[in-house]
Amino acid sequence: MLEFTQQIINGLSLGAIYALIALGYTMVYGIIKLINFAHGDIMMVGAFVGYFSLTLLGTNIFVAMLAAMLTCAVFGVLIEKIAYRPLRNSTRIAALITAIGVSLFLEYMAIFLLGPSQKVFPDSAFPLKAYTLGGLSILNKDVFVFVSAVVLMLILQYIIKWTKTGKAMRAVSLDREAAVLMGISVDKTISITFAIGSALAAAAGVMVGVYYNTVNPLMGIIPGLKAFVAAVLGGIGIIPGAMVGGFVMGLLETMVSGYGNSLYRDAVAFGVLILILLIKPSGIFGEDTGEKV
Amino acid sequence: MQKVKNKWIKIGSEVLILASLFTLVQYLITAGLLNQYYQINLTSMCINVILAVSLSLINGFTGQLSLGHAGFMAVGAYVSVIITNMLDLPFIVGILVACLAAGLAGFIIGVPTLRLKGDYLAIATLAFGEIIRVTLQNIDYVNGPAGIMGITKLTTWPWLFGGTVLTVLVIVNLVNSSYGRAIVSIREDEIASELMGINTTKYKVLAFVIGAMFAGLGGAFYAHYFYIIKPETFNFLKSFDILVMVVLGGLGSTTGAIIAAVFITALTAALQSFPAIRMILYALILVIVMIYRPQGLMGNKELSIKIFGRIWSGRNEPDGNK
Repeated sequence: MLEFTQQIINGLSLGAIYALIALGYTMVYGIIKLINFAHGDIMMVGAFVGYFSLTLLGTNIFVAMLAAMLTCAVFGVLIEKIAYRPLRNSTRIAALITAIGVSLFLEYMAIFLLGPSQKVFPDSAFPLKAYTLGGLSILNKDVFVFVSAVVLMLILQYIIKWTKTGKAMRAVSLDREAAVLMGISVDKTISITFAIGSALAAAAGVMVGVYYNTVNPLMGIIPGLKAFVAAVLGGIGIIPGAMVGGFVMGLLETMVSGYGNSLYRDAVAFGVLILILLIKPSGIFGEDTGEKV
Repeated sequence: MQKVKNKWIKIGSEVLILASLFTLVQYLITAGLLNQYYQINLTSMCINVILAVSLSLINGFTGQLSLGHAGFMAVGAYVSVIITNMLDLPFIVGILVACLAAGLAGFIIGVPTLRLKGDYLAIATLAFGEIIRVTLQNIDYVNGPAGIMGITKLTTWPWLFGGTVLTVLVIVNLVNSSYGRAIVSIREDEIASELMGINTTKYKVLAFVIGAMFAGLGGAFYAHYFYIIKPETFNFLKSFDILVMVVLGGLGSTTGAIIAAVFITALTAALQSFPAIRMILYALILVIVMIYRPQGLMGNKELSIKIFGRIWSGRNEPDGNK
C-alpha cells in the first residue's frame, strides 16, 4: 500500500506535466480544429529557453520559467501566423500535414543550431531535497512541478471563465461565424489561444527539464504524443478533460513502469489512445455529436 | 478500332521503354560501370517508389491520411528475414509471406481504425505504427532493440525492378478499375459515395490492405539489401519521409509519387553529410507545398507517354477524351 501511494505521488507530478501540455492541444483543437503536431516541440523550445536562461544568464528557476513562457508565447503566435493562418479555410488534412512540417522544422532547426546531443539541466538551479512523510519520500522537484502546474491551471481557468478574452475564446470555439457577427476578432482570439497554449507548454518544458534533468532537441516528440493522448482521453476541446486526462496518463505511466515492464511504457499510451478512439472517440467528458452534412 | 490499335501501341511502347531501362541498368551493373554508391541510391529509389506509390493509394486516392506506413514496412522486413535467414527458405517465399503478413497487419489495423475520420485516423495509424515498433523491440526472437544483423543480400536489380513495376502496375490498374472509382469517390465525398450505395468501409480497408502489402514488399527489399534491420529504423519519422514524397508528388497521382520518390532519394543522397539540413528541407517542403500548392506538384494529373507524344509533335490540344 505504501509503495502504491508512492507511485501515485510520482505519477501526480508527471501527470501535471502532461496536463499542462494537453491543455495547449485541447485549446488549439477547440478553436481551430487542428491537431497542433508542433506543440510538443514548442515545449522543447521552452525547455531550451529555460536551460539557457539558467546557464547563460544565471537566473533562478522561476525567472527561467517566465522567460520560457514569454518566448514561446511569441513563438506560438508566429507559427500560427506564418504556417496555419494561410490554411485556415483549406482541408483539415492539409493543415495537419503543415503541422507535421512545422514540428519537423522546429526539431531539426534545434539540432542544426544546438547539436543533437543531450544537455544536462544545471543542478544548482534546483538543489534536490527529499522529504519523508510517514514512510513516503517526496522530492522537492515533484512538489515544485505539481504546485506550479496547478497554479498555472488555476490562472488558465480564471482567464477562460472570468475574463473577456476567455469569453471570446469560448465563443469562437462554439461558433466562429456567430462570434464574428458579435464583433469578436477571430484572428486576435486565435492568436491569444496559441500564445496561452504555447506558454503553458513552455512551462511544462522547464518542468520536464527539472524532472528528467536533461534537455535535447527531440525531447518534445514523446511527451507531446502522450499529452495528445491525454487530451483525447479527456475529450479534445474540453479544458477540464485535458487536465483529468493528463493526470490519468501520468498515473498510468508510473504504474506501468512501477509494476510492469518499463519498455512497454510508451506502447501503453498508444494503446490507451486506440482504445479511446474505438470505444468513445469524443473522450471521457465529450458528447457524441452526429456528423453534419 | 483506332482506339484499340492506339491502346496496343501505348502498351507496346511502355513495355519497350521498361525493357530497355531494365537492360541498360543491368548492363551497367554487370559491366561494373555503376559503382557501389550509385547502386545503393538506385536501390533506395526503387524501394522509395514502392513505398510512396503504395502510400499514395491510401493517402492520395482514398484520402485516408495514414501515418503508420513504416510499421507495415517493418512487418515486411522482419517477416521476410525470419523466412529467409532463420528458416532458410528461398527469397520468393520470404517476399510473398512478407506481403501477406503486412497485408494482414493492415487488415487488423485497418478494420477498427478506418471507422475514424481525418486527423483521428492519422493519429490512430501513427499510434499503431509505433506499437508495431515497440512490440518488435520487446521480442527476443528478433533481438529486440539491437535488431537483426548479417542479413544475406538477396535484393538484386531484377528483383527490385520487377517489384517496382509490379507495384506501379497493380496500383495504377486498381485505381483505373471500378474498384478504383469507388475508392476515389470516397476521397471526394464519403457521405455522398455512401449514399450511392458504395460500401465505403470495404473499399477503405481494401485500399489500406493493398497499400500495406506493398509496404511489406518494400520492407522485404530493404532488409535484404542493407544488411541490418532494427526497430528504430521504422519509427514514425520514416513514415513522415514517405508522406513527404506523396505530398510533394501530389495526393492522387501515381507518377507524381514516383517522381517525388526519385527526387527525394536523390536529395537525401546529396545531403547525406548534413542530416539536419535534409530534415529542415523536408519540413519546409511540407509547409510550403501545403500553403501554395496543397494538391502537390502534379495534383491528380498523371504524366504519360501521351503527354510526351503531344509535346513531341508540337500539338497542345485539350484532352478530348477525358
